[in-house]
Amino acid sequence: MKKTFFSLLLVCGVSLPAHAQVAIEDPWVRGTVPQQQATGAFMVLTAKTDARLVAARSPVAGLVELHEMAMENDVMKMRAIPGLSLPAGQAVALKPGGYHIMLMALKETLTADTSVPLTLVFETPQGERFEQAITAPVAPLGAARMEKSGSHSQR
Amino acid sequence: VLFFLPFRRLTRRFALLFVGVFALLGCTSDSERRFHSMDITGADYGQGFELPDVEGVTRTLADFRGSVVLVYFGFIQCPDVCPTALHRAVSAKNALGADGERFTVVFITLDPERDRSEVVRAYLGAFDPGFVGLIPDMASLPEVAKAFRVYYRKVPTGDSYTLDHTATSFLYDTQGQLRLAVPHAMDVAGLAADVRVLLQEPH
Repeated sequence: MKKTFFSLLLVCGVSLPAHAQVAIEDPWVRGTVPQQQATGAFMVLTAKTDARLVAARSPVAGLVELHEMAMENDVMKMRAIPGLSLPAGQAVALKPGGYHIMLMALKETLTADTSVPLTLVFETPQGERFEQAITAPVAPLGAARMEKSGSHSQR
Repeated sequence: VLFFLPFRRLTRRFALLFVGVFALLGCTSDSERRFHSMDITGADYGQGFELPDVEGVTRTLADFRGSVVLVYFGFIQCPDVCPTALHRAVSAKNALGADGERFTVVFITLDPERDRSEVVRAYLGAFDPGFVGLIPDMASLPEVAKAFRVYYRKVPTGDSYTLDHTATSFLYDTQGQLRLAVPHAMDVAGLAADVRVLLQEPH
């Protein structure tokens, strides 16, 4: 019963590890087509105490980076960033038009209605690392992925 | 002096009338901003293309006469702006209802090195099977981008690369004339409204 409860939580994309230092809400990955090598993962992170997201990994990707996207004069620029600050209690959104977790060297096609395991690596201000594993549902490539109303991304 | 007075009054009236007319014209040119996107009618760039599609057939703007055409430059390994822009395009097409039949979306890849026919076909098909994918060859890509004033730059990341690129969509009227530059930030409603205005223009 307990096991079912926890796997249900996992399916809902809510991670509750022993420490639960970072709440990971509403994760999703954009679906791909065969031969597509890269895509993005998105979610909302809220750290209990100050932390940084410093890395991520996934069995479906040979290479995972944290990226920041910015528009300058309608030119899209995307850069790998070494980490993402998560101030205590503040929801930080990884969403289209901002930050994302870039999944590259994909080992398989990511089809809608499946899900992708992701491990996020965080660091405390003291340099202590901890990890949280989640599964992120795959959203269809060509369909709208609506921002959930009431998501914390508006702060 | 008395003789001229009525005349002067008249000229004053005319002057007021002129002011009124100009004011009206002023208003008209304000409301002439009937587009949400940037009006670039008469631009000397983006005059067209002659590029192979995913079937290897050479396509030009003339193939789409009678349709409003949206041209977008991007690449398939793009996690964010390209799917967002393509999704906006398909949503606008749906919002147009039956008129959407006369709205054609053309995607030109800036990454022909990786974006081969098969993946471009599958990718665009995930949005709308009617989307047209064009694949310039590596040699002509700089020229194609320059002709549209589209900026792109390869940025190494990990053992791979990504592309910085212009995310503007270009809109052509049903006669194949470049009319509007649609910024990335434009919403579905704005794009659909602009396409509708272009579709309804008399020719």
